[in-house]
Amino acid sequence: MLTIREYVRAKSLEEAYALAQKRNNVVLGGMGWLNLQKRNVGTAIDLCDLGLDAIEETETDYRVGAMVSLRAFEQHQGLQTLSQGAIAESLKGIVGVQFRNSATVGGSVYARFGFSDVTTILMALEAKVELYKAGVLTMEEFAALPRTQRDILVRIIIPKVRRSICYLSQRNTKTDIPVLTCAVVHREGETFAVVGACPRPAAIYPDGGVLAEGITEETARAFGGKVAAEAVFGSNSRSGADYRRKVAAVLVRRAALALKEQEG
Amino acid sequence: MEIKLTLNGKAVTAHIEADTLLLDFVRARGCLSVKRGCETENCGLCTVLLDGKPILSCATLAARAAGHHVQTLEGLQEEAADFVGFIADQGAEQCGFCNPGFVMNTIALLRENPDPTDDEIRAYLAGNLCRCSGYEGQLRGIRAYLDSKKEG
Repeated sequence: MLTIREYVRAKSLEEAYALAQKRNNVVLGGMGWLNLQKRNVGTAIDLCDLGLDAIEETETDYRVGAMVSLRAFEQHQGLQTLSQGAIAESLKGIVGVQFRNSATVGGSVYARFGFSDVTTILMALEAKVELYKAGVLTMEEFAALPRTQRDILVRIIIPKVRRSICYLSQRNTKTDIPVLTCAVVHREGETFAVVGACPRPAAIYPDGGVLAEGITEETARAFGGKVAAEAVFGSNSRSGADYRRKVAAVLVRRAALALKEQEG
Repeated sequence: MEIKLTLNGKAVTAHIEADTLLLDFVRARGCLSVKRGCETENCGLCTVLLDGKPILSCATLAARAAGHHVQTLEGLQEEAADFVGFIADQGAEQCGFCNPGFVMNTIALLRENPDPTDDEIRAYLAGNLCRCSGYEGQLRGIRAYLDSKKEG
């Protein structure tokens, strides 16, 4: 059972940061995961009054505030055009509309879950994470930060570079936590696969020349096999590591072929 | 701590514990249509509207709702009356336990998208679980309501 002794709406990022340094204090995202924990929280720190619930557009990027809901993220027209619908595709399986209206982009990224649809699509989009003290980091750098470093996630920065992306996931049942997440993306003349699966955070795998002669059934299969062989998988109640490895090979192959289709 | 919010159009001031869930808050104020179901944010039984958007009250602190408008089915009887008969006509509400959550989310769907396709209805209501039916009854009911509106 979750208990909370005190609830504070932070008036500044500095106040939130100072409060977050205490081990039994916690920054609230959408509360989806926190609510499932057996935990005694000293102070629940709410960032809801800090204006972090907006998606801003600059000449070079989209700046997604940490408190933007997954629903607002999936419905944003500019981001859908940029990702050619891949963002909405990646989020549509996350429980239901009610859950996505509460769950935040910041909370989803900060948790660094291996199965996160959000982390997987953001890595494919080469997004960066802006932390209050540590500054701007790549998603990979952020994933490697020690969890003892208690910073405040301010926003996600998504560069305005239009790319072809195909997003796929495997779930045991619709709306469940994914067994595996996968995005295949073309960027700078190379093709990359991002694969997320418990227990490790999502990681990115270049095609390494496997697709140099174009995407065909054979090269896509080889790419899938390469990623499945390189990635590290684990087992939990949803799936064994071997099953995840087999699914990874299939999803990467399918996503690569879909990408070719997308690009005509 | 003290909070002030609007519940079904009425201003409410209350003293609550920091960890009081919105679900318990509204039920304690007579809004018993809001059900405690899975408590793992999966079933949609506890759906309420917060500033017009459907959310799960089992995963929302009442403190977070301070300063906002909360609506439950008790406050939306008139809007719901338009289409619940069509759902009942299809025998979709068997035990009825999931029904208030379904109705709340259908209200949100129809406000956002007054003429949804069947796939859009399925996608929007994916977070509402029913253990009696196969969801076809609810879908037929909503479709019958939408068709009746078109026929005038």
